[in-house]
Amino acid sequence: MTIHQLSIFIENRSGTLIKVLDALKEANIQIIASTIADTADYGIYRLICSEPMRACDELKRAGVAVALSEVFVIAIDNEPGRAADAVKAFSQADIDITYMYSFLNENRGLLIFRTNDNERAQQIITANNMQIISEEALQSLV
Amino acid sequence: MDNTETLRQPHSSLTGGAGGGSSYFNPSFETMSREQIEALQLERLQKTVRHCMNNEFYRKKFAEAGITPDDIKTLADVRKLPFTTKQDLRDTYPFGMACVPLRDCVRLHSSSGTTGNPTVILHTQKDLDEWANQVARNLWMVGLRPDDVFQNSSGYGMFTGGLGFQYGAEKLGMLTVPAAAGNSLRQIKFIKDFGTTAIHAVPSYVTRLYEVMKEEGVDPRRDTKLKVLCIGAEPHSEEQRRRIEEMMGVKAYNSFGMSEMCGPGVGFECPEQNGMHFWEDYYIVEIVDPETLEPVPDGEIGELVLTTLCREAMPLLRYRTRDLTRVLGRSCPCGRNHIRLDRMRGRSDDMMVLRGVNIFPIQIEKILMQFPELASNYLITLTTDEENDNMTVEVELAQPTDDFKQLLDLEHEIRRRLKDEILLTPIVKLVAKGSLPVSEGKAVRVVDKRKVYQ
Amino acid sequence: MIWNPNKECMSRDEMSALQGKRLHKIVEYVYHNVPFYRNKLQELDIRPDDIQTIEDIHKLPFTTKKDLRDNYPFGLQAAPQSEIIRVHASSGTTGNPTIVGYTRKDIGVWSECMARCLTAYGVTRNDIFSVAYGYGLFTGGLGAHYGVEHLGASVIPAGTGNTEKHLKLIRDLGITGIACTPSYALYLAETMEKLGIRKEDIKLRVGAFGAEPWTESMRKEIEERLGLKGYNIYGLSEVMGPSVSYECQMQHGSHINEDHFYPEIINPTTLEPLPAGQTGELVFTTLTKEGMPVLRYRTRDLCSLMPGTCDCGRTNVRMGRIEGRSDDMLIIRGINVFPSQVESVVLSMPEFAPRYMLIVDRVNNLDTLQVQVEIRQEYFTGVFDTPAAIDALEKKLAAKLKSVLSIAAKVQLKAPNTIERSQGKSAHVIDKRKL
Repeated sequence: MTIHQLSIFIENRSGTLIKVLDALKEANIQIIASTIADTADYGIYRLICSEPMRACDELKRAGVAVALSEVFVIAIDNEPGRAADAVKAFSQADIDITYMYSFLNENRGLLIFRTNDNERAQQIITANNMQIISEEALQSLV
Repeated sequence: MDNTETLRQPHSSLTGGAGGGSSYFNPSFETMSREQIEALQLERLQKTVRHCMNNEFYRKKFAEAGITPDDIKTLADVRKLPFTTKQDLRDTYPFGMACVPLRDCVRLHSSSGTTGNPTVILHTQKDLDEWANQVARNLWMVGLRPDDVFQNSSGYGMFTGGLGFQYGAEKLGMLTVPAAAGNSLRQIKFIKDFGTTAIHAVPSYVTRLYEVMKEEGVDPRRDTKLKVLCIGAEPHSEEQRRRIEEMMGVKAYNSFGMSEMCGPGVGFECPEQNGMHFWEDYYIVEIVDPETLEPVPDGEIGELVLTTLCREAMPLLRYRTRDLTRVLGRSCPCGRNHIRLDRMRGRSDDMMVLRGVNIFPIQIEKILMQFPELASNYLITLTTDEENDNMTVEVELAQPTDDFKQLLDLEHEIRRRLKDEILLTPIVKLVAKGSLPVSEGKAVRVVDKRKVYQ
Repeated sequence: MIWNPNKECMSRDEMSALQGKRLHKIVEYVYHNVPFYRNKLQELDIRPDDIQTIEDIHKLPFTTKKDLRDNYPFGLQAAPQSEIIRVHASSGTTGNPTIVGYTRKDIGVWSECMARCLTAYGVTRNDIFSVAYGYGLFTGGLGAHYGVEHLGASVIPAGTGNTEKHLKLIRDLGITGIACTPSYALYLAETMEKLGIRKEDIKLRVGAFGAEPWTESMRKEIEERLGLKGYNIYGLSEVMGPSVSYECQMQHGSHINEDHFYPEIINPTTLEPLPAGQTGELVFTTLTKEGMPVLRYRTRDLCSLMPGTCDCGRTNVRMGRIEGRSDDMLIIRGINVFPSQVESVVLSMPEFAPRYMLIVDRVNNLDTLQVQVEIRQEYFTGVFDTPAAIDALEKKLAAKLKSVLSIAAKVQLKAPNTIERSQGKSAHVIDKRKL
């Protein structure tokens, strides 16, 4: 059970991030979590937000190069070592985590990640009784 | 000087190569009996040895060995001659091995050295003509004729594979495309558009071409007129050759050359594909034990030692090639009795041959150590990925950093400087300090995982 | 010294007579061997016998790069394939390069013309001469190479790149002459200074510089920093390659090998011939070429002709410096680049919008080319959410560009609608080089 993340291509020059954030503000979209993967010339701005489908349409209308991608969000206990446990489970099953970021929400940690094999990742999540967060549950955070 | 008054007549008859309708390019030399070959070799050896006396280096060596040219009475007397090594070429850099005045030289090739001096090889006009003849002879031997279109996908410039095949293919009279190495999309376009029938390239590049053909939806059997591949300058196994032939749907012939002898053309397979004929009218071939330097019996692996018989500018006596091989025979159903040698089986030093380029680990170390950002531990790994031979250089960073741009810039600069030194671009991986294996005793700097020398 | 006084010092009358004779022959030759020319001549109702003197050249039709493109690859070739021993390629205006085939005799003529150039620069068989143009399909490397060998000097096939090793050879071998682009000569000077090699440590005395436009002040700088005399060499593959014209010791205009390449200057708009001394477009007719002769080929180079005997004794007409182009071609690292080539690549990849920009610069005396293209919004999908995926797309474009341009370009992907819509052709190029 994946959720929608927005992936936005932004060039490394001043003003490009503002353009994206302004468009989201205009559309009254709230950001729940975000991260930027940067290279020398450009970055990929990844974000989880309220109403991702509408956000995507609004950004496209504003001329932003945006794509929807599917990521997993799981909740882990707020104590040392839990993230390691989770990642180890995927690693043992030979599933690659393409990227991952996280945030702390009340008393739990939320890990957001993409894998190279969503179907098998889902099996690992189920088999290990990991607490998966649905898009609705995530939306309720805002 | 200027012979341009007459234009070629329209529809003039085909002139053909020196070989005419024969299956040999130089019939009288190629089909000699063993006795004839050996008689010619002795005559040319005596001439070469006398010619070497024009040179200070050889005069000194002969004096040390207590011999004179008059001591060479039989072909077996070649063993009385001192060996020549790459180190000798370096010590006499740049022109200390020349046996003719510099004004008689028209070309110079230079191969990358280890750390010190590069090696310099000089050619007179006659040397170039003989070299072109050897290459033309080889190409004719595998069925190529003036109507063929020959695409030379080998590096040009100082690397002898480019100019060597260019002159040879032009001498034969083929339409010769100096495509040079790289730029696979354009290579494939030319193969299709020009109706290329023969390609010369290093084997790993042929497989690369095939991959790109697949990506572009080009089927070499259906969409090209290829009939012959010439591969060489890089160690490869029989299995790899068979795979290349299977992929491209044509015969692939093994070529041996080295810049010290001239370049490509020294040895080449005939259509029998039963080892490479080394042209004994041009060279004396010996196989010796690299430790004792004594000859090894036919069939046993040893180091290839070559003596040039026709070179004017820089003859070499008993040159230790460091290549390991063995004698397969001295006759062949093709009618040529020139000695047949096995494909190269390895090296007796630490030189690596990658995509036709000779590389010593010390060259890489020298560059890496110029970067203060790097620690001293590094590892060179040679792999065959998807049939491509690649070099990965892993090197430890002196200090950890999370500045992505800085790391990219550093990686880029290392790659650029390495390319400047070794002429090909390795994959550079910067790793954290302490993450490469630490060896006890002599550090293991090179891991060769390629499917060669099998 | 003059390599071939018989051809370089003819009286005008003798030269015109020779040119007229050769023109008649070449027209007859292409009429019988190249359907393209036969059709063109028949359309104009011209028979080979109508062309008897060099003045009759004005009756002949022009040939353009577009004609070469339309007849790709071998349509303009006059000799049968078995007689062609070499092909070279230069930039076409779109995806296909321009292909030129040479017979063995053509290569001989080329080497002869190169030997004339080198002799005019003062090169003799005692020299050691390094060729630092690119080898391969580009005519610079092999063209100069065969000429040096023909002259009998020692040639060092250095090629491009590997500058430090090249400098080591220049110093250690006592190399006396070099052929390269003028910007590479400056880069050599800079690298020398970086390595602490002084001009007194090297023996370079002659430079054959060409393949890109350069100025008198660049010449002074190169001569000063490398301690040599720099001479212009001009050529283009459609006509032959380097050695179409060359400077002499006077360094005042480049002598055209006009017994092989007949020059005209025309008004690029009206196509009318211009009188001597006026600047216009340079047009060449090859008088002796067998592989791929061209009649009145429009080079698009703008310059003027300088008739009259030169103080060096040569009577061959001279051409002044190239003052510009009558099209939008760029010369980058000695390689010709047309913005339309980039366009053809961008249009062939659905991932990109048909908007692009070429940014040319010169950093440390080396030309750089950056190509900016816009990702199409509809092609920016979920698969592109990692830098690795975008890098792969960049690499794919870079490989296609290289296959068409022959030089590497740095690709920069832009977000949709960030490149300004272009107004006209030149709006696709920002050339930051100062010449």
